[in-house]
Amino acid sequence: MMRIEPRGAISRRMQVAIPVIAALVALALAAIPLAFAGAPIFPAYWQMFIGVFGSVFSFTEMLTRATPLIFTGLAAALAFKARLWNIGAEGQLYLGAMGAVAVGTGLIDGPAVLMIPLVMLAGAAAGAAGMLGPAILKTRFGADEVVTSLLLNFIIIIFVQMMLEGPLKDPMSMGWPQSEPILDNAALPRLMDRMRIHSGLIVALVAAVVAQIALNKTTWGFKIRAVGENAAAARHAGIGVNRTLLGVACISGALAGLAGVSEVAGLKGYLTTDLSPGYGYSGIVVAMLAGLSPLGVVIAALYVASIFVGADSMSRAMGVSSFLADLVVSLSLISVLVGGFFARYRIKFTGKAGDKS
Amino acid sequence: MMDLLQIFLNESFWVASLRIATPLIFGVLGALLCERAGVLNLGIEGIFVVGAMVGWMTVYAGAPLWIGVLAAAGGGALFGLFHAILTVPLGLSQHVSGLGITLFATSSASFLYRTILPDVSSPPRIKAFQPMDVPFLSDIPFFGPVVFQQTAMTWLALIMVGVVWWVINRTPLGVAIQAVGDNPDAVNAQGLSVYKLRIGAVVAGSALMALGGAFLTMSAFDAFFFGMVNGRGWICIALVIFASWRPGKALLGALLFGMFDAFQVRLQTEAGAVIPSQIFLMAPYVLSIVALVFVARKAEYPRALLQPWFKGHR
Repeated sequence: MMRIEPRGAISRRMQVAIPVIAALVALALAAIPLAFAGAPIFPAYWQMFIGVFGSVFSFTEMLTRATPLIFTGLAAALAFKARLWNIGAEGQLYLGAMGAVAVGTGLIDGPAVLMIPLVMLAGAAAGAAGMLGPAILKTRFGADEVVTSLLLNFIIIIFVQMMLEGPLKDPMSMGWPQSEPILDNAALPRLMDRMRIHSGLIVALVAAVVAQIALNKTTWGFKIRAVGENAAAARHAGIGVNRTLLGVACISGALAGLAGVSEVAGLKGYLTTDLSPGYGYSGIVVAMLAGLSPLGVVIAALYVASIFVGADSMSRAMGVSSFLADLVVSLSLISVLVGGFFARYRIKFTGKAGDKS
Repeated sequence: MMDLLQIFLNESFWVASLRIATPLIFGVLGALLCERAGVLNLGIEGIFVVGAMVGWMTVYAGAPLWIGVLAAAGGGALFGLFHAILTVPLGLSQHVSGLGITLFATSSASFLYRTILPDVSSPPRIKAFQPMDVPFLSDIPFFGPVVFQQTAMTWLALIMVGVVWWVINRTPLGVAIQAVGDNPDAVNAQGLSVYKLRIGAVVAGSALMALGGAFLTMSAFDAFFFGMVNGRGWICIALVIFASWRPGKALLGALLFGMFDAFQVRLQTEAGAVIPSQIFLMAPYVLSIVALVFVARKAEYPRALLQPWFKGHR
């Protein structure tokens, strides 16, 4: 017989060890698709490593990739902490980008000290609105936010298309569906010469620190955790559960919106419908790898960004499909889930061996 | 107004409705089977992609169409088994595991496709299922073409509605599946294995979902495109709730959805000049959300849905 027994509290060391092991396991498992694609395994790994750490440029590219992932990772982590399943970060990212473009391409003009906060505020507000909808549908009508926030992603991306062919279209774009460029004084400044790394990263890091403190040291953070652990008990203790959920929804959506702002005002300069290669969905992986800890999100985002940038470089050099990166990222999520299981439970074999149940 | 009426009187509208509904029928039935046993399967979106890719690739490699259908079901079952192992014996979060399966299944299918066919600029085609032509029956005015000029996979979907209904409502196995989704302790007390029932239901349900994907590449189209599933899986998750976990209502929901989608396509050609086409493209997703909101309050979820069950724990 096989029995599953809880282990009791998870030690701090385990909490750190599990995601690290999970990430390594996922990377190791990549050998299977690599072999299937006929690539030499060790040179391929080496190429992935070089692709991230081989030059200043590649390293800053990784940091640039990590920036939106920190935002979407934080968005998922905070919402999941309250057991609010925000799977709509992809859509909220686009809403944020649209908010930034609506304000930052000439509607108003001013000095950078005014324009940059304004663009960020517009994007954050648009993102917040994007998650407030599903949260209200949940608290008012009991509609499952997983489904509504997911479906909203598809609606929003079509909406972006419509805006880019309509009011937000750049008349100078020769018919391409793209927005007008963000004004220079509304753009997030670059951090290094001739590199794409931009100050969105600083904002993301600040957001992570603030979220870490807010979650662990404030009453608001306590309410979030209480609602997430046991909503009924929290309600009994006098915590406004719906209020807390709506609040988290706004913050979570705003963070995902900032991912869009940072991409459009920091990196691309204008909005297109291929702004995000799925950062919203990867953010869920980042949050889970981080064990829903905001500071952990930063580390996990660096890891996921390294996989993306490294696998991209490897796939160019060796002709292996760059879908390998998605494969490793998804395997990391599954590994960390399974790792979490072994941290919480031990499996005991008793009596008749071989009798599976 | 006359134009709108014309749409409904045209048999091509009803043919299209049933065709659009077909992958959703498979998907809703699959999701229903999993959820009736107490397991939410958010892997559905990825399992659709796997079904679409595996079915198509098998036929492209030279196998007959029906072998492709079987291969698709097998591929779906495999990812379903993975989801089942994570959520049933290991009792992991069904939400996160399901999303993980969707990411894993989608990237696996895309990676395989790209590795096997590295540089194809335009997707290669297969000879897909053709509309059936049943002697005499197809010639019945109106009803004939609508039902009897569909492809064999649409028929399979309609047959599966009956099969799933019969299994759930008329067999001891179905009673056990329902019980394991409502009260696993009672099932265990009866001496039945909660694990086996749940895993079995998730595997079978996932195989059905994959058939929905296979329909896309082997019946609706004749090629595989990245992003072709395009949220159909998630729509099925909404439709299951709309259908109150009943196969008959699932068919009805999928058909209503198909009718709406076929209608909006036709309306688009009528009113395309005035209303941006994107409004019509959004409509199916908006409709799913609206349907969900309407039924959410009175939805009677299987009582043990999302709840892991461990042997020997109380």
